[in-house]
Amino acid sequence: MSKRIEVRAAMSGVFYRTPSPEEPPYVEVGTEVKKKQVLGLLETMKVFQKVRSPVDGKVAEILVENETPLKDGDVIFIIETE
Amino acid sequence: MGRIFSKILVANRGEIALRIIRACKEMGIQSVAVYSEADEHSMHVKQSDERVCIGPAISAKSYLNIESIMQAARDTGADAVHPGYGYLAEKKAFAVACLESGIVFIGPKPENLALAGDKIAAKTRMQDAGVPVTPSSPGGVPTIEDARAFAEKIGYPVMVKASGGGGGRGIKVCHNVAELEEEFPMARMEGRTAFGNDEVYVEKFLTNPRHIEFQILADKYGNVIHLGERECTIQRRYQKLIEESPSPALTPELRNTMGRVAIEAARAVDYENAGTVEFLLDSDMNFYFMEINSRIQVEHPVTELVTGVDLVKEQIRLAAGGTLDYSFDDLNRRGWAIECRINAEDPEKNFMPSPGMIQEYHCPGGYGVRLDTHLYQGYELPIYYDSLIAKLIAFDLTREGAIDIMRRALAEYRIEPLKTTIPLYCQVMDDKDFREGNFDTGYIERFLPQEDGDEDDDF
Repeated sequence: MSKRIEVRAAMSGVFYRTPSPEEPPYVEVGTEVKKKQVLGLLETMKVFQKVRSPVDGKVAEILVENETPLKDGDVIFIIETE
Repeated sequence: MGRIFSKILVANRGEIALRIIRACKEMGIQSVAVYSEADEHSMHVKQSDERVCIGPAISAKSYLNIESIMQAARDTGADAVHPGYGYLAEKKAFAVACLESGIVFIGPKPENLALAGDKIAAKTRMQDAGVPVTPSSPGGVPTIEDARAFAEKIGYPVMVKASGGGGGRGIKVCHNVAELEEEFPMARMEGRTAFGNDEVYVEKFLTNPRHIEFQILADKYGNVIHLGERECTIQRRYQKLIEESPSPALTPELRNTMGRVAIEAARAVDYENAGTVEFLLDSDMNFYFMEINSRIQVEHPVTELVTGVDLVKEQIRLAAGGTLDYSFDDLNRRGWAIECRINAEDPEKNFMPSPGMIQEYHCPGGYGVRLDTHLYQGYELPIYYDSLIAKLIAFDLTREGAIDIMRRALAEYRIEPLKTTIPLYCQVMDDKDFREGNFDTGYIERFLPQEDGDEDDDF
């Protein structure tokens, strides 16, 4: 039975879908991901943190656009597990 | 002396913008604050006489937006601009834009700023002027084969450095050929993406040196003086954490020699206004020119406290045509000043950033305490800018006295519920090697949890 897992911002920061402006996004809707795989970046006060998947599964939803400022706890991704 | 300015636009934010506005108030000069949408509630905006919103939060569209800032200067009728540090402070295009608008740029000449963006050229000029420099490739190193050849000639360990870098960025240390082969293309790529310039050079890496810098002032008439040194050795990843003046490592003779060389370095580039000449000091007390910083520096307060010279006011006065009719030996120098840079980061969690709102704020005071900060109770730290939130400086007649005051002041300072680097500094103030003045650039490692992984850390 599948579950929907929320991936939330660990703190306030600016969310990026890509490793750098010229590169493609880390993931798209439908991408299969492994636990700890990098889904995006969160930049807070010039420091970048990796946003990682907590589970194996598939990216069901991406709720936040590239370069969007987030608050602590905002939901970024929904990952569907088997 | 020329007419002093009637209105200065401060092209910066945070604690340094507040610093400059305070100097303006003391000099009877009107101040204009510029701010991004994220800085609407910032202290520098509250304290200035006028304020102009120059764009959205992202720095590129606000604090780095030359056109927007120039428009604000024209609209408010500012006759001078102070760029602070970082942002546009060392951008030649900004100084030129001011010049072309008939607005005085409070800082060095555009040619001096151009040198800041070209480290290879700066070193060559210094060498030609007889200033000792760290052994390095004579120019840019285009290929890995050239890099290997120079590294063998200079001797490992070496650094591959981006010519357009600065502030400790764009540096790769290589202990052997294998590391050089790996880091060389990375350094070029980083140079291209971060600084728009993939030229790199190879330089001797001094193992755990001390970082000693000299404050320089120069007027428009060829007078150049130094105001003594700052010891900035205690760093993490090339970011300074603690600075002090004077340096526990210098004898009066070495101070005079290095000071004289710093003045020669400034003369060699026809420097104007305030600047800093950075040196590395090895364990044999040999010193080598590293770079010139063409701006007021973060750590300027420690020089101010031991010399009695307000550097920001001197910048303003000299930019308005004032003369330097004193030298280092004329100064009433006394005592010792130590500064701790307080960042909104958790030192126990690999310096993970700590954003949020300040709910309980109590700042230290009392004898020998200076605090340069824009913080206040209820302030929400913006996420878009760097994590430096305060500079706490302690001053006393002796170094031991300054350390005791710093320890006391750190313990008093409350910035809750945020995590800051205050606990790390408390440990340093208690440390025997620090108290004895016995440290090099690797010093801070002993207080940090073991770091592994790459720059983009997980916490």
